[in-house]
Amino acid sequence: MVAGNGVAALELREVTKSFGPVVALRSGSLTVHAGSIHALVGENGAGKSTLVKIVAGVHRRDAGELRLHGEAADFHSTAESKAAGVAVIYQEPTLFPDLSVTENIFMGRQPVGRARRIDRAAMYAEAGRLFARLGVHIDPRRPALGLSIADQQIIEIAKAISLDASLLIMDEPTAALSGVEVERLFAVARSLRDEGRALVFISHRFDEVFSLCDQVTVMRDGAYVSTHRIAETTPDRIVAEMVGRQVDELFPKTPATVGDPVLEVQGLSAAGTFHDVDLTVRAGEIVGLAGLVGAGRSEIARAIFGVDRYDAGHVRMHGVPVPPHHPRASIRSGMAFIPEDRRKQGLVTEASVARNVAGVIRSGLGRAGLLTARAENRAAGPWAARLAVKTAALDMDASTMSGGNQQKVVIAKWLATDPSLLIIDEPTRGIDVGTKAEVHRLLSELAGQGLAILMISSELPEVLGMADRVLVVCEGRITADLDRADATPEAVMHAATHQLETHA
Amino acid sequence: MSDTQVRKHVADEHTTAEALLLEPSRMSPGRRAVNTVLRSREASILLVLLAVIAAATIKTDTFLFSSNSWRDLLLTPSILLLLAVGQAVVIITRNVDLSVGSVLGLTAYLTGRLFIDHPGIPIVAVFAAGLLAGALLGLVNGALVAFGKVPALVITLGTLYIYRGIVLTWAGSNRVNAGDMPKAFLDLGTRSILSIPVLTLIAAAFLVVVGYYLHSMRGGRELYAIGSDPDAAVLYGLPVTRRVLGAFVLSGALAGLAGVVFAARYGTVSSGAGTGIELQAVAAVVIGGVAIFGGSGTVWGAAIGAVLLVTINRALPIVGIPDFWQRAVVGALILGAIVLDRLLSARQARRLVEARDES
Repeated sequence: MVAGNGVAALELREVTKSFGPVVALRSGSLTVHAGSIHALVGENGAGKSTLVKIVAGVHRRDAGELRLHGEAADFHSTAESKAAGVAVIYQEPTLFPDLSVTENIFMGRQPVGRARRIDRAAMYAEAGRLFARLGVHIDPRRPALGLSIADQQIIEIAKAISLDASLLIMDEPTAALSGVEVERLFAVARSLRDEGRALVFISHRFDEVFSLCDQVTVMRDGAYVSTHRIAETTPDRIVAEMVGRQVDELFPKTPATVGDPVLEVQGLSAAGTFHDVDLTVRAGEIVGLAGLVGAGRSEIARAIFGVDRYDAGHVRMHGVPVPPHHPRASIRSGMAFIPEDRRKQGLVTEASVARNVAGVIRSGLGRAGLLTARAENRAAGPWAARLAVKTAALDMDASTMSGGNQQKVVIAKWLATDPSLLIIDEPTRGIDVGTKAEVHRLLSELAGQGLAILMISSELPEVLGMADRVLVVCEGRITADLDRADATPEAVMHAATHQLETHA
Repeated sequence: MSDTQVRKHVADEHTTAEALLLEPSRMSPGRRAVNTVLRSREASILLVLLAVIAAATIKTDTFLFSSNSWRDLLLTPSILLLLAVGQAVVIITRNVDLSVGSVLGLTAYLTGRLFIDHPGIPIVAVFAAGLLAGALLGLVNGALVAFGKVPALVITLGTLYIYRGIVLTWAGSNRVNAGDMPKAFLDLGTRSILSIPVLTLIAAAFLVVVGYYLHSMRGGRELYAIGSDPDAAVLYGLPVTRRVLGAFVLSGALAGLAGVVFAARYGTVSSGAGTGIELQAVAAVVIGGVAIFGGSGTVWGAAIGAVLLVTINRALPIVGIPDFWQRAVVGALILGAIVLDRLLSARQARRLVEARDES
C-alpha cells in the first residue's frame, strides 16, 4: 500500500470496456491518492486513454468498480464528472476555435455579476492571472483559433486549474511542449499536488515520469500490470513490464531487396502544418513516419496523395512529377492511400466486401457503363483470397467484420489498383493485439514483393519493428532520418520531442 | 507620399488588424471597442443598408421623407426580423430551422381563429397564445433534432411540410379577414409611438433581449461554444441537448409571435401565409454575418440583414431595376456574404497561423 491519507482520491478496480468487437480495456485498475502525482504508462493501445475517458464520463464502463474519494461513482456525462471535481486534459486539446481563449477557459461557469450577467472584466482578469501563474504570454482576448498545440495545451491546463479540481488527469500533456514549457508545467503540477490534489499523469517520456511522479502504474494490452513507488523501480523494469513480450514475434519483418526510388518528395510545405519535408521511399522498402500525435504526419501523407493542398515543393513518382491536389492523378501514378480512420474514409462499411474491393477499379470493370455483382466478385475474389480475409462470402457486409479484417479489406481494395506505393496511416489502430501481427505480416510480404510502403504509426514498437528506415516528424518538420539499426526508442523519441535543440 | 511612407502606412494598417486579432488587450479599451465595432460585419452590412436607403431616397425623396414610407421602412421588416433573430440563434448552434414559415402561417391563422371563436379575447392573450404555440412547434423540432440525432435540415424540412399541412387542413379555403379581428388589434399594425411603429418596437424588444442573452449570459455563450465545436462541447460537459432544444423553442416562439404580428400587419390570413419566408430568414442571417456552420455572428447582424433584405426589395423597383434582377440582386447578396465570410475567416486563420510560425 502506498502512502496516503487512507481513502484514495480515485480507485478503479477491474474496469472493462469494449467497443463492438474490439476490447479496449480488459481489466483496468488504478488507485490514486490525494497529494500525489501518479504516472500511468503503457504502449499506445494499452487502454490508458479508454480508462481516462471512463473516469471523465465520456465512456461508460461495462463492468468494474469506480470510486471517487471512497464513494462509488458512475458518470453518465462529462458534466457529472466535472461536477465531482474531475478535470481531464486530453491528448488532443478540445477548444472552441471561434471563441476567445478566456471564454474557452470559463465556458459554462463564467464569473457573473448582478442578474447573472457575465462579468467580462473579471473573467479576463482571472484568465490573465492564470496565464501569469503558468508563466505564458497569451492575450486573454485573442481567439483560440490558430494557437499552437503547446498553447492549446496551456489553455486546457488553465481550464483545469480554474476548475479547482480535486483530481486532475493529464493525458500526455507534454507531448507537444518544449523543455521550458514542460518545466513550467511540472512546477504547476507540483504546486497542485502540494495543495493536496491528486494528479494522474500519462506520458511516454520516462525522464518526466521519474522526475515528476510519486507512483507509477503500468498497463499492457488493456489490463493492469503493476503499481510501484517511483523510488523503488527503474525505467528498465517499467519498460519490461510495458512490453512484456518480444518485439520480434509481433513484427515478422522479412528482409526485402530495396530497389529504385518510387516516391520522391522535395521541400513540401504547407503554412502552419509542415515545412520543407524531403523524403524518399524505394521499392521494397518500408519507411516509418514516426512522431507525436499532432506533429503533422497525417497532413504530410494527405498532401503527398493530393487530398490536401500544399504551398511549395514537389512530389515525384518514378521520377515523374505528380500534380498537386489531384488524388486521381496520384492513383494513376501508382499511389494508394489508406487513411487513419478507415471506417470513415477508407471503407464503405455498409457495403459488401466485393463492392469495397471493386470500388476503386470500377472504371476498368464496367461493361457498357453497367456494373454487375458478378464482375465485382470476379475482380475482388483473388485479392481477398490473397489477404486471407476471413469472410464467409464476399457479399458479407464490411461493418460486421473485426477491425483486423476491415483493415485487410481496405488494403485489398487498394492493391486491386496495382499500386507501386502504399501510404498507410496507423495500420493497426483499433485492432486487437492478436490480429495486429497479421496486418504486419501482410505489409512485410507486400514490401517483399517490391511494393514501396510509407507507414505512419504512433506505436513506437510498430515503427521500430516494421520499418527499414524511420523518419521522425516533429512540429511539421522531419527531424531525423534513422536506419533500422540506428532506430532505437530513445533516438526516435528524442527527435520527436526535441525539435528546438536539433534545429538550433 | 514617398515609398517608405506608403510602406509604413501599410505596416501600421497591418498591425492594427493583427493586434486586434492577437493581442487585443494591449490596446486601450476605447480603441479596442472602436476598432472592434468598425471592423465588424455588422458595421459593413449597416453601411450597405444606409447606401441602399440613400440611393433610393436620391431617386425619389418620398422613399424616406414621407410619414407613410418612413413607417413602411420600419414596419415591413419587423416580421422577417423576428424570424431572423430566432434563425440566427439556431444557426449559431450549427443547426437550421426551415419550419419557421409554416409556424408563422399556423399561428397567424390561429390568431384569426381565436378572435373569431372567442370574441372579446384580450389581445395580450392572443400574443401569448401565438408565442406558446410557436414554442410548442419549436419544441417538436428541437426534440427531434436533439434526441433523434438527425440533421436539423432534414427534420425541419419535414416539419415545414407537416406544419403547413396542418394549416391547410385546418383553414381549408377559409381565410381570416380584417373584419374578423377587433379594431384595436389591427390598429397595432398602424399605430406608432414616437413615430416608431408599435410592431417594430415589439420586434426590437425581442431582438434586444435575445442579443443581450447571447452576449452576456452563460447560456448564450454556450450556444456559441456548441456551434463552434459540438464534440468539444460534449467533452466540456456543456448541456448540449438542452441548449439546442432551447434554441429551437426560441426560434419557434419568435416565429409564432411573427405570425401574430403578420395578422395584425396585413389583416388577412390565408392558409398560405408566410410560405417561403423561411428561406428569407436564413438569407437574412447569412447576409448579417452569422457563419452558416455556427459559432460566430450576432443577432444584431441578422436583424440588419433582415432589414436590408426587405428594404432592398422595396428600393430596387424605385431605383428602376426590373423584377427579374431584384431576385438576382438578393441572390448575389447571399453569395457575396458567404464568399466574404469564407475569405475573411480564411485570411484570419492564415494570419493567426503565420503569427504562430513566426514566433
